[in-house]
Amino acid sequence: MPRFLSAKPDAGLIPLPWNLPLEEWPPEHLVALPRGISRHVVRFIRVGDEVYAAKEVIEHLAIREYRLLHDLNRLGTPSVEPAAVIRSRVDRDGNPLDPVLVTRHLQFALPYRSLFTQGVRQNTVNRLVDAMVVLLVRLHLVGFLWGDVSLSNTLFRRDASEFAAHLVDAETGEFHEKLTEGQREHDLQIARVNLFGEFCDLEAGGLLDAALDPTTLVEAIENRYRELWQELTGAEWFDDSEMHRIERRVRRLNALGFDVAELDITTDMEGSSVRIQPKVVDPGHHSRRLLKLTGLDTEENQARRLLNDLDTFRARTGQQGLDEAIVAHEWLTQHFEPVVTAVPEDLRGKREAAQIFHEVLEYRWYRSEEAGHEIPLAEAAQGYVNEVLSSLPDEELNADPVLPGGRELANPYDPSQGFAEDVEEMPLDPWEEAAASEEPAPIGHLDIDALRAKHRRGKDDE
Amino acid sequence: MATVTFRDATRVYPGADHPAVDALNLEIEDGEFMVLVGPSGCGKSTSLRMLAGLEEVTSGSILIGDEDVTEMPPKERDVAMVFQNYALYPHMSVGENMGFALKMQNVPKAEREARVREAAELLGLEDFIDRKPKQLSGGQRQRVAMGRAIVRQPEVFLMDEPLSNLDAKLRVATRTQIAALQTRLGVTTVYVTHDQVEAMTMGDRVAVLREGVLQQVDSPLALYDTPRNIFVAGFFGSPSMNLLRGTVAEDGVHIGRWTVPVARTVLDRAPNESTLTIGIRPEAFGIASGDEGMNMEIALVEELGSDAYLHGRPAGVTGDDIVVARVTTRRPPRIGEKVHLQVDPADIHVFSDATGERIS
Repeated sequence: MPRFLSAKPDAGLIPLPWNLPLEEWPPEHLVALPRGISRHVVRFIRVGDEVYAAKEVIEHLAIREYRLLHDLNRLGTPSVEPAAVIRSRVDRDGNPLDPVLVTRHLQFALPYRSLFTQGVRQNTVNRLVDAMVVLLVRLHLVGFLWGDVSLSNTLFRRDASEFAAHLVDAETGEFHEKLTEGQREHDLQIARVNLFGEFCDLEAGGLLDAALDPTTLVEAIENRYRELWQELTGAEWFDDSEMHRIERRVRRLNALGFDVAELDITTDMEGSSVRIQPKVVDPGHHSRRLLKLTGLDTEENQARRLLNDLDTFRARTGQQGLDEAIVAHEWLTQHFEPVVTAVPEDLRGKREAAQIFHEVLEYRWYRSEEAGHEIPLAEAAQGYVNEVLSSLPDEELNADPVLPGGRELANPYDPSQGFAEDVEEMPLDPWEEAAASEEPAPIGHLDIDALRAKHRRGKDDE
Repeated sequence: MATVTFRDATRVYPGADHPAVDALNLEIEDGEFMVLVGPSGCGKSTSLRMLAGLEEVTSGSILIGDEDVTEMPPKERDVAMVFQNYALYPHMSVGENMGFALKMQNVPKAEREARVREAAELLGLEDFIDRKPKQLSGGQRQRVAMGRAIVRQPEVFLMDEPLSNLDAKLRVATRTQIAALQTRLGVTTVYVTHDQVEAMTMGDRVAVLREGVLQQVDSPLALYDTPRNIFVAGFFGSPSMNLLRGTVAEDGVHIGRWTVPVARTVLDRAPNESTLTIGIRPEAFGIASGDEGMNMEIALVEELGSDAYLHGRPAGVTGDDIVVARVTTRRPPRIGEKVHLQVDPADIHVFSDATGERIS
């Protein structure tokens, strides 16, 4: 009988066919969502209204990753939520099957294989690169060594005009008190190799926009990482007449979406020069404030946009003197919610509510520019729904990926298998035959007689 | 190719009360396959990471060849981690999957192709170079992953439990292949594992660590035949060595009613100790024809082909000490039967109880 390890169990997972290897699961349980490549068998499974990602992996790795993801969630680091580990699986003949790690599918997620395809704008690429860098920096700030930084292990979500990246695979990750420079460099080195490989793979499959160059992309990621890390953690010296630079640094960090929890300020012996260095920075400067004021849980840039609108609302309604929380409540009920409820039920799977609000504000800005006067929000919302949203693809579940040139995946549930037409007859492999004919010794048993015999043979050969 | 030297290399994690690696001194020869082994938390992975530049060295130094790399950034050290990531890219050929990192390093195309071909030949994959990887078996995928490290032509290969996520059959096959490949390539290799079988079957020499301290570094057979202390004695062997505490007497060491013959010269090496630990490997026992040796009542018999494992408690022993003996006999004794087991004195290991060190 399979055993479930779960903090928040979903009863819908229990009756699934755990006695079958994931590769053999019937299509009625599966959803073909685009995703990265994986060395394990991974499938998206549908349980009622929920979609989960299921990964078959050996037991100690499954449990370890479940716990790591749990810790990442607890620390508020953008990562998928672990749902369960299913252990003690056996097939119909009683043979053991590897456990399955189940994570909740991130709604409105956009996997990289559908983002860098033909027609992608350089600007979009830069924003994806930035999102990846912010994720890596955030993981490093909490002492998490990823160990397998790659696009395949990342999902992107829209975040106002930017993207936010989320970690989806923590198998090789490790938590440390604080990462050393060597550890961060190691992750960067892995990122360089993996991302270069992934971009080359997209290129080889005709899935990368011809204007994009893997080498340049990888260099951009490394440079942006170093810039951001320096900004968030680097020390800065200045003259004691320039004390405003402390405030300026804090504001710069806020603008990047980080709060400064601890700032180390020291002066030299004469007190004429000052050194500042952020010691603890917390991401989520804007999203935390928005959540506190309105209860809306959004990505960071969405929060920034919504807060800007809230500030504008406050100024326009002449409520600067009033308590911010009261104004926020008014903004929520009179401004935000009417826009969201103006979206018909059947179009709500296309974008998240906060993203819709951001896009309506953008739409209103363009339309107002054209009209030469500001158009009312309700009118903008209606125009956006009719002219923009209705023609956008559904992003809640990014199913049925369209591949260029009408190509088809060999297995719609597994992009690691490549294209359907790439099936070739494989040459004979003497190594495989030798391995198959070898009678393996039982694992864990040290055959000392065989070792002595090998040693003697080695001596004879000399 | 190069030697690797750890000189008093120490790693102390912030806030930890004892070092994760404590003054490690280890000389790895050029072309040697060195395995670092020990239980979880022994410092083996930390040692490997210090060599890779992923962990700071708190004190001491690390050399690759004659060069001190203690402060050198990881990417400037000419080392390759094997199997860090072996996801194969479906749209690239097997050859491209092996050589793409060289492209990133701007290695010219002709040289890239030559290196890939050479690695593919070494790995028996030359007929697969132009194929897409999706139809490869698990074992073949492993070989492509090894190819990625080989084409880099590093001074040192570093492998941190590379087989730990493979199923049992693939693990055994890959183990053999890695060892054979390393012999052919002759590249200095440092391999970390917690598995004694992997350590013993793969390493030219094996370094055993415990709680950050190097216990012994030796060839696999030397570790097995002359373990330097009780920990090493108990770590290798399946079933492991019988370790029995006995009382020192004029004529040897008494374990229950059995007097283990231990030479006076050996006993004199622990002059102030009234008890010593006697170590005997299960296969060192034989069934005595007379009533000499150790008398034992059989509690359990496991038959394995021509061998039988006999479990029981030596006569006169009251504690929990259970002895396991592997004997070759056509008619193994039954449960409840009493047998006399003899041991060649040369196969008896004697350890100080005070220090745990070998004194025989």
